[in-house]
Amino acid sequence: MKKKKIIEFLGFFSLRICLYLVLAVLLLFVYDIGSKGAGAVNWEFLSQAPRRGMTEGGIFPAIVGTFLVTIVTAILAVPLGMFAAIYLNEYAKQTRLTRLIRLSIRNLSGVPSIVYGLFGVILFVNILKFGTSILSAGLTLGLLTLPWTITASEEALKTIPNSYREGALALGASKWQAIRTNVLPYAMPGMLTGTVLGLARAAGETAPIMFTGAAFYLPFLPQSLSDQFMALPYHLYVMATQHHAISQVRPIAYGTALVLLLLILLMNLSVVIIRYRMRRVKRE
Amino acid sequence: MSSKAKIETKNLDFYYGSNKALKNITMVAPKNKVTALIGPSGCGKSTFIRTLNRMNDVIPGTRVEGQVIIDGVNINSQHIDVVELRRKVGMVFQKPNPFPKSIFDNIAYGLRINGMKDKRKIEEIVEKSLREAALWDEVKDRLRDNAFSLSGGQQQRLCIARSLAVDPEVILYDEPCSAIDPIATAKIEDLIQKQKEKYTVVIVTHNMQQAARVSDFTAFMMLGELIEYGETPRLFTNPANKLTEDYITGRFG
Amino acid sequence: MERKFDEELTNLKEKLMQMATLAEESIALAVRSLKERNQDHAQQVFKIEETLNVLDIEIDNLGMRLFALRQPMASDLRLITSSMRIAVELERIGDLAVNIAERSLELLKQPPLKPLIDIPRMAEIAQQMVKDAIDAFVNKNDKLAKSVCERDDEVDDLNDQIFRELLTYMMQDPKTIEKGVELILVGRHLERIADHATNIGEDVIYFVKGKTIKHHCA
Repeated sequence: MKKKKIIEFLGFFSLRICLYLVLAVLLLFVYDIGSKGAGAVNWEFLSQAPRRGMTEGGIFPAIVGTFLVTIVTAILAVPLGMFAAIYLNEYAKQTRLTRLIRLSIRNLSGVPSIVYGLFGVILFVNILKFGTSILSAGLTLGLLTLPWTITASEEALKTIPNSYREGALALGASKWQAIRTNVLPYAMPGMLTGTVLGLARAAGETAPIMFTGAAFYLPFLPQSLSDQFMALPYHLYVMATQHHAISQVRPIAYGTALVLLLLILLMNLSVVIIRYRMRRVKRE
Repeated sequence: MSSKAKIETKNLDFYYGSNKALKNITMVAPKNKVTALIGPSGCGKSTFIRTLNRMNDVIPGTRVEGQVIIDGVNINSQHIDVVELRRKVGMVFQKPNPFPKSIFDNIAYGLRINGMKDKRKIEEIVEKSLREAALWDEVKDRLRDNAFSLSGGQQQRLCIARSLAVDPEVILYDEPCSAIDPIATAKIEDLIQKQKEKYTVVIVTHNMQQAARVSDFTAFMMLGELIEYGETPRLFTNPANKLTEDYITGRFG
Repeated sequence: MERKFDEELTNLKEKLMQMATLAEESIALAVRSLKERNQDHAQQVFKIEETLNVLDIEIDNLGMRLFALRQPMASDLRLITSSMRIAVELERIGDLAVNIAERSLELLKQPPLKPLIDIPRMAEIAQQMVKDAIDAFVNKNDKLAKSVCERDDEVDDLNDQIFRELLTYMMQDPKTIEKGVELILVGRHLERIADHATNIGEDVIYFVKGKTIKHHCA
């Protein structure tokens, strides 16, 4: 009896240690960036363009660029991903082919983002002649996000009990009616969560946008989808490694990193809020 | 006893893939009567009742052969509007499955799905259905509460009210009381008895005493075949088939 | 599949068989007491009747218990209902045997009227009817049960015969009326015993075949 208690204690203890380790790394990380970047971030930083070879000024264009390209990503990935998930989960016959398709989708989400970048260059920039632009970069990121969205949406749909579907059908609903009115509303929080998480990831990617539309410095803000753009992750990359005065611009780099982190945090937070509000509405 | 047959099956076969689950079922569910289906687990009674409103269509790999005739029309033909069939032939499932909506919205769901928009009419029908399901008095003050706040027996009566709201002609019950306590079961059995004035009822049950209490006609099935069918009092006092006798006296399964 | 319930049903049947054996015995003893002019036989009949009453109540209670606790169906249901009915018939037969024994005690007080031939003959048939009816019950033999019903007419005929014969005696010599009447009553009791045996036969047919042929046997 004593032996069991000891083993149990050790087990939980080591698990707790792991947790603390992870938390410690996270805190260290946040502290590092936060402390070194907080000094650089102020309203000027957020609202002005860079000056004097990026050694002064702000990162406003990068914020705008990231924002714009994420929108394009969302337009591609969100509806396409959700509907693909609905089709796969509700309509497709469960044959070997569909299983293969599903497996491929899961695998696609593990493909390195640089490969997506390369693919984007070939397809969007060259073949489709969109050139290096917000459009090309957004579509490339969209492809990156798509497997994520599909998987998350499918998982959300799977959690809806079959009895909702059958119950609706038994009342004289058509299949699509049943899905639209009795499945989707309940799967939506899960689907949205997964989707926004995917978008948050895409917003922070550097490799896919490097060759497809991101530029180091642009004097003007992009005016249309076929313009190039600045982006936060790329900006950070350049600040930290390519700049001619790296040590001088380090605070700016940290500031950019902090802003990027905060952006991701904001997106994840919005997910939590969405879920909470949707659950509250349903409960009434 | 010259009741018109509301539902009739002729040489009904049913396959799950290559497995023949129903073998040559020919039987009748007379109009405005309660017909019970009894038999050991796996005998095909749930499969059978689901052919009556084509709920088996949602299961991939299934095949139906033979006829299921409702009001003189074979519902297995291509030209049948399955959606309309399912409104006409309602179903109450084994486990109560209220939707995660309010009590009111649960019942209104079927009406809205079928295009009803008139708020007053919807309210009227919701009340009527809840009264018919003997649930109105218990929930009339909390129609906006979530359906999951009801007890199991109440939830099942909610599901019954939900089916009644769309004005069916037939109600199918698939072991409706197996997850319900005895007192709630008695209430539901009472309901079923009253329902035959307006509807035709078919009920699958593994509880023989329930079949004996509630039905006018009983069909005994085993291993996908219809072994015996007849008037309930006769079948339970003097069954014609030895298998039926052995089953209802508990000598097997 | 052996059920606990089967044990209880067997118990019920055994009690019924016990009753039947005792009923047959009491018919035999009652008529023997008459034939052999033996008082002790008559006393035994009275004792047997007490046991029959007890068994009747036991069977009744057992049946009710089985209904309430087992919710019997089909042949089990018919078995229990028939057993309870047959118990009632057997108890009546016991009462009738007692009546015969009482008549016998009365007749003992006087010299015999005539050698008894037909009455023992009636008793034999009635006794055999009871025996066959119970056999039919135990062995689920509806044909045997039917044959019991058919013998009722024979007993009725014998009874008529006895009646007419004794009537003749009584008309010839009024001093024999008292004894004559007693004997007519005995005949009557035996005829009733046969009727009850017939009822048992009808109950057995219902039990075995699920069809009721009550009140119109042959």
